Amino acid sequence: MIHDPIRAGLARGWKVTDAAMLESDLALDADVAIVGTGAGGGVTAEILSAAGLDVVLIEEGPLKSSSDFKMLEAEAYPQLYQESAARKTLDKAITILQGRCVGGSTTVNWTSSFRTPEVTLRHWREHFGLAALTQGELAPWFDRMERRLAIAPWTIPPNENNALLARGAAKLGIATAEIRRNVTGCWNIGYCGMGCPTNAKQSMLVTTIPAALERGARLVCGARADRLRLNRGRADTLECSALDARGVHATGRRIRMRAKHYVLAGGAIGSPAILIRSGAPDPHRAVGRRTFLHPTVISAALMPQRVDGHAGAPQTIFCDHYLERAPLDGPIGFKLEAPPLHPVLFAMTHQGFGPPHAESMSAFTHAHALIALLRDGFHPQSAGGIVGVRDDGSPVLAYPLTPFIWDGVRRALLAMAEIQFAAGAKSVLPIHERARPYASWAQARDAIAALPLEPLLTRVVSAHVMGGCGMADAPARGVVDSRGRYFHLENVSVHDGSVFPTSLGVNPQLSIYALAARNATALAEALTGKAPPGE
Amino acid sequence: MPTRRQFLKYGVAGALLLAAAAAIRGQSTYRPASGAEPLAVLSERDREVLAAIAPAILAGTAAASQPVEAIVGSVDRAVAGLPPHLQAEVRQLLALLGSWPGRRWIAGVRSAWRDASPEEVAAFLESWRFSRWVLLQQGYHALHDLTLAAWYARPDSWPATGYPGPPEVK
Repeated sequence: MIHDPIRAGLARGWKVTDAAMLESDLALDADVAIVGTGAGGGVTAEILSAAGLDVVLIEEGPLKSSSDFKMLEAEAYPQLYQESAARKTLDKAITILQGRCVGGSTTVNWTSSFRTPEVTLRHWREHFGLAALTQGELAPWFDRMERRLAIAPWTIPPNENNALLARGAAKLGIATAEIRRNVTGCWNIGYCGMGCPTNAKQSMLVTTIPAALERGARLVCGARADRLRLNRGRADTLECSALDARGVHATGRRIRMRAKHYVLAGGAIGSPAILIRSGAPDPHRAVGRRTFLHPTVISAALMPQRVDGHAGAPQTIFCDHYLERAPLDGPIGFKLEAPPLHPVLFAMTHQGFGPPHAESMSAFTHAHALIALLRDGFHPQSAGGIVGVRDDGSPVLAYPLTPFIWDGVRRALLAMAEIQFAAGAKSVLPIHERARPYASWAQARDAIAALPLEPLLTRVVSAHVMGGCGMADAPARGVVDSRGRYFHLENVSVHDGSVFPTSLGVNPQLSIYALAARNATALAEALTGKAPPGE
Repeated sequence: MPTRRQFLKYGVAGALLLAAAAAIRGQSTYRPASGAEPLAVLSERDREVLAAIAPAILAGTAAASQPVEAIVGSVDRAVAGLPPHLQAEVRQLLALLGSWPGRRWIAGVRSAWRDASPEEVAAFLESWRFSRWVLLQQGYHALHDLTLAAWYARPDSWPATGYPGPPEVK
């Protein structure tokens, strides 16, 4: 029997409220209200509670834990993901995977852990005035979070899906490297995306949030933060709506929180949307703008041998060759990784229907897939998307796929096909409505060169939403300062992926952890008047 | 850069099309197979539309040997878990397809859904897939994703793929 630290904590009397069960409205007072329990909210809650501050966390999704994680897509997507994993950009051209549960995306991510690259930090220093964000400044925070979350090299051999990336690239003389992971005692089974059933993944769910709850922090889950009530340059109250047990409809019960300080950590679509719904001052019309996605395209291949992409640690090998060989502000570069393959996501992502689709599915265990994550936000022609809100208040991202992006998409589809053929693929299938399986590199090269690259024909996905409340040294260039403090309200900070002024060029979790740890420590000091305890 | 106009464009075009569909939506005379589960959020007419479309999308899979009602029930449950704005879109799409002008003129399917051949349905799906109208392409993707997700979420779909299902963790 696997020990479930969440159920044990609840039995010990953690102060957790499931808003679906509320029979009347709720009013809460705290030193700090934190919206969101993902990478930013979790780290912030641990550090503020350790400093002796009274913390309330509010989470839109449910509290689920290892006993609930059955490794079934049919359960995991509706329970643990934003919009049942069917969140899309306004024109429906990009599917966005984001967590919506206690632990946020860290509960369902694939454990890839990278420090923010120096080229990215240098760009921020040069273009956004973020002089403080040097390697030297951030290194202690990366060190601290890597220790806290057991981020370390993965010493077990990669699964075949990842090994194929390494072998194919090596045949072409292209370097790959190993991805570090935030796990302890990982069983190497491959279901990270459905919630870790063994608590090996050191997500916020099993680390920082339990630590905060143990110190008396309160958690309200199943409640959506609607808006901040503002008064003379400060936030007065946070108003929230309780959701029903499915997390779909508001029940009508309201939760009102009064706090000295508010930390928004609802992710790079959720946090800007709260500021927009609140009517927060935004003189430069910057809130929700410059939202980045690492737009991602996919290449599937049929291998002669079994690949079993569903089994084994999901992402363990990466390739930065196509990022490093081009200048940061030139044509868009991309990172290559190998994603886990499970039947529902694979079938939905795979183009076409009827017998050709069924035939591909029948070779599921021989399927190999690569993804290319495009590094957006570094070029004048890559300004990202804009978060807005619908009439019902729900957030939506408009993200234009421009010729600048499509140029990178074509190079990425070519690069992935070449690597897959070098790795021994019998055929390669770019994920595009007009593409079919190609039997040779020469055939694929010609076909990809001629593919019409358009929204809804080319499958584009994202699991990395960044920006929308970008950091800068001055309000003319951003939304928050380098400590995450909102420029136009004294007692509101943003601690999540929305503070990045561009995309990162790497999977974002560790960058969010380190920055949140740094900024939460500064916030704790500002609120208590003394330096908080370290680790 | 996208503008407020772009937010409006999709909203207005979609609203016009769907208002038209809603206005002409009548009562369904479709009766599901006896014993079919009651639907959570979809209508009986939606059931009729999906019961015609799902077999075309799943042609070539073992779904053919299953009662189509089971797939439709899975789609219904999946839709019930979507946020309200997405539920509304799916219901509007199915209402459009369930209306006579929607089926005949926008989908190009001559026969009533219950009489439509798989070839006729496949031709409609293919025309929406490559349509020059963004809304129809979006409609194709919604049908594609909902139907395939409903099927491949079911353990009885896995043997044909070789996927063994999740390992035992104790």
